[in-house]
Amino acid sequence: MRVRTTAAIAAVSSLALLTGCGAADMTKQASPFANAQGARTVTLSVQSWVGAQANVAVAQYILEHELGYRVDTVQVDEVPAWDALSQGRVDALLEDWGHPEQEKRYVDDKQTIARGGELGVTGHIGWYVPTYLAKKYPDITNWKNLNKYSHLFRTPESGDKGQLMDGSPSYVTNDKALVKNLKLDYQVVFAGSEAAQITQIKQFAKEKKPFLTYWYAPQWLFKKVPMTEVKLPPYKEGCDADPEKVACAYPHTPLEKYLNADFAEDGGKAAAFLKKFQWTTEDQNEVSLMIAEQKMSPEDAAKKWVDSHKSTWKKWLS
Amino acid sequence: MATITANPPRLGLPGLLKRPAVRKLLLLALAAAILVPLADARWASGTWPGALTVDLSEPLAKASDWIIDNRDSHPLFLYFFGHVSNVVVIAVRAVYLTLLAIGWAGVTALGALVAWRVAGLKLALGTAAAFLACGLLGMWVPTMQTLALMVVAVLASVVVGALLGLAAGLSDRMDRALRPVLDTMQVMPAFAYLLPVVLVFGIGVPAAVLATVIYAAPPMARLTSLGLRGADKEVLEAVASLGSTARQRLLTARIPLARKELLLGVNQTIMMSLSMAVIAAVIGAGGLGDRVYQALASVDIGAALAAGIPIVLLAVVLDRVTGAAGERLGAEPASGGRLGGLLALAGVVAVAVAGRLAGRLDWPDAWIVNIAEPVNRAVDWMTAHLYSGVPVIGGTADWAGHFTTWVLDPVRDGLQGLPWWSLLLIVAALAWVIGTWRTALTAVLAMAAIGVLGVWKPSLDTLSQVLAAVAVTLVVGFAVGIAAARSDRLERALRPVLDVFQTMPQFVYLIPVVALFGVGRAPAVAAAIVYALPAVVRITTQGLRQVDPAALEASGSLGATSWQQLRQVQLPLARPALLLAVNQGLVLVLAVVVIGGLVGGGALGYDVVFGLAQGDLATGLVAGVAIVCLGLMLDRVTQPTERRAKKGA
Repeated sequence: MRVRTTAAIAAVSSLALLTGCGAADMTKQASPFANAQGARTVTLSVQSWVGAQANVAVAQYILEHELGYRVDTVQVDEVPAWDALSQGRVDALLEDWGHPEQEKRYVDDKQTIARGGELGVTGHIGWYVPTYLAKKYPDITNWKNLNKYSHLFRTPESGDKGQLMDGSPSYVTNDKALVKNLKLDYQVVFAGSEAAQITQIKQFAKEKKPFLTYWYAPQWLFKKVPMTEVKLPPYKEGCDADPEKVACAYPHTPLEKYLNADFAEDGGKAAAFLKKFQWTTEDQNEVSLMIAEQKMSPEDAAKKWVDSHKSTWKKWLS
Repeated sequence: MATITANPPRLGLPGLLKRPAVRKLLLLALAAAILVPLADARWASGTWPGALTVDLSEPLAKASDWIIDNRDSHPLFLYFFGHVSNVVVIAVRAVYLTLLAIGWAGVTALGALVAWRVAGLKLALGTAAAFLACGLLGMWVPTMQTLALMVVAVLASVVVGALLGLAAGLSDRMDRALRPVLDTMQVMPAFAYLLPVVLVFGIGVPAAVLATVIYAAPPMARLTSLGLRGADKEVLEAVASLGSTARQRLLTARIPLARKELLLGVNQTIMMSLSMAVIAAVIGAGGLGDRVYQALASVDIGAALAAGIPIVLLAVVLDRVTGAAGERLGAEPASGGRLGGLLALAGVVAVAVAGRLAGRLDWPDAWIVNIAEPVNRAVDWMTAHLYSGVPVIGGTADWAGHFTTWVLDPVRDGLQGLPWWSLLLIVAALAWVIGTWRTALTAVLAMAAIGVLGVWKPSLDTLSQVLAAVAVTLVVGFAVGIAAARSDRLERALRPVLDVFQTMPQFVYLIPVVALFGVGRAPAVAAAIVYALPAVVRITTQGLRQVDPAALEASGSLGATSWQQLRQVQLPLARPALLLAVNQGLVLVLAVVVIGGLVGGGALGYDVVFGLAQGDLATGLVAGVAIVCLGLMLDRVTQPTERRAKKGA
């Protein structure tokens, strides 16, 4: 008890000192819950999807068990995570789906965030229909035929149009513009959160009902509800530059890692490890499925993966 | 919470009310006859005219850029916000480390001790059980994080609130200045506070604590001022006649006399900061709320519940303990004297030290009960069997569909189809008839502000959802409330149920409502009903029970059946309480509009979430302000002239 009480007293007196004189840069403050057990701490940001949880779970497991760090995780959406990263509230963002505006501001201009290399997973956003539907109507997988089938996708929410279900507001989406510019007889309905979207997809799939949804790969749900992508007009470099006029598919994005600039420099072994952390879509899906489908805790899932993929992660530590 | 009590506002007799109401309406009709043709000729359009809107997105985006660029260099941040943030971090950390240092056994014993001293043995046992349950669910560390955050937030709120309340209680000018601000904050949904705070402080604990303080301080201020102003005049005069100074009067008479209100204020502040501490998980507050929020990502309702139950337990225990402390004020502590207290304190220290020596500070992993799996199975079964294809009554998905098509759509289209000026007129008429010209003016201005902000259409969409939800809430709430008022057994049985629904973080029921009702506005309405129903039931029950027994006996002796009694005596006499129930229902339903945005409710709720998720100040803040305006308008339209004193958390 004495050690911690002393720590508390030291904290309070340093507070008095700090407030007494000088500037306080709150962009340099850590979380009050960090370092609680007196160990070196790394704070990782987790995004709301399970793939991101899988990255963090494995990184956390190795940091804790192989490198002796204590890891705190904070759940934040991507854009706020950039901001938190810049402020040093979190040390790393392990899966970013491409935010050019933030990249320019924080990495190039302010230089408070450093690139951490590729995650090794390629992300892709698209429109999907369940595979049972694609088998029944093979030509449904081309956007040009979507209007022909719009009556299948009607719900009370979309009225007399077809429903295109979108997910969480934190995701990158051009769907409203796409529907308008491709002159589709559809209404975009925002599920508002990924949890709501997945629940709804599962309910539809259970009854083999038709649905059209914004979705992304890699995602564990594909194993549970097989889905087929609807082809949109092909993606060309720059075709999505003007968000109002987008009329093309989403690109394939190599997912990137980003580190707080100071952490990248002085983060020691932890920073070196996170820079090297790189795995495949299959690896990520394996862990994601354990978390989401078998309802294993992220920690147990990470342990299981780590135990069986020694050769993969040994490379990250060298 | 249990503390939402009906504070019966005084109201004129119906007979007298009629004539002024007619006069007001005539006057309004006259004004409308002159103004409407003018407005219609100038801006002829169904929805709010574009010429009357102000686009704030440009300046707001600039403001947000400026803050991000200057956060680490500008003196305002370095010398003011930076220190504020520092103090919060250090304070929360100190509390957190202390809690960890005492260990689980010590914290449990300490909690029980405090509960025993202020509220008696029964609640002490309840407190201990609640803490142990948090540990059993494997939530010890998150519980401590939430507790640490709350301790700091509550202390700050109480100090800030008491100071403001003191100022308002002593100076009439201050009171006039503060009142509209506090009134507005009262109807402001918790989510609306998050965005501006995040922008200045970034995500993390400081932002969460400050949002909590802003949210939880107003009831303290309000009740402090009320208590000071409510002090018995005669006592004050007696004290004054003894020749005491103003300061002595304040310290020896007015504050002690206001003890009850002060404690009620503390109770409200604690309850509100708990609910906010959970919501603040969205901006990185950590703790229990974060666990609930993370469980959502893998659609794991069981895990969400495991983190939600400690929140409910904390809320119920804190509410009961502070409530009992308020009731026992003035009475001598029942059990033991000072010596007993000291002995007990020694016991706590012994437990903490023993825990430390045994190296058992963290809750032992082996003692964790995993409830996630059975809960998930139960929910799966429920949704699989109720969703659709239930014979005769149809599944919940069918109901949701019908509700959307037959109720929500017509109401929304109707509201959006009305010319903008006619909506303003309706608002003015409703508010004026029930209140004064001032309340009517506030209501109309709030409604007009929505139009000026350029979110007329989504706001009416939200309004239609709110109205539908409130209608269902009131029908069900009055029915249950009446039943509970007539049967003691039912009321006792309902109490824990209401507690749970009132304190359970709304994140927890996101998944079940979607699983039952699909994605869209129907589940949003369902979530709102679940949240607002307990308060409505409580206020109704309480209002009916407070009806003068003499009136009941008199009517009974005249041979009235119990149904007649209810209809002709109880309900009319409980009218103020019922009106309060309507008002609270509206405010609470509006408070969860943002949650509705997470399940497909769209409109303003979605915009707020979008703003938070994308760091888009323009969208988020404008939608937040629009929700506040809707709240103000609805509050004024349903609130009789007399102000109520409390806010339902």
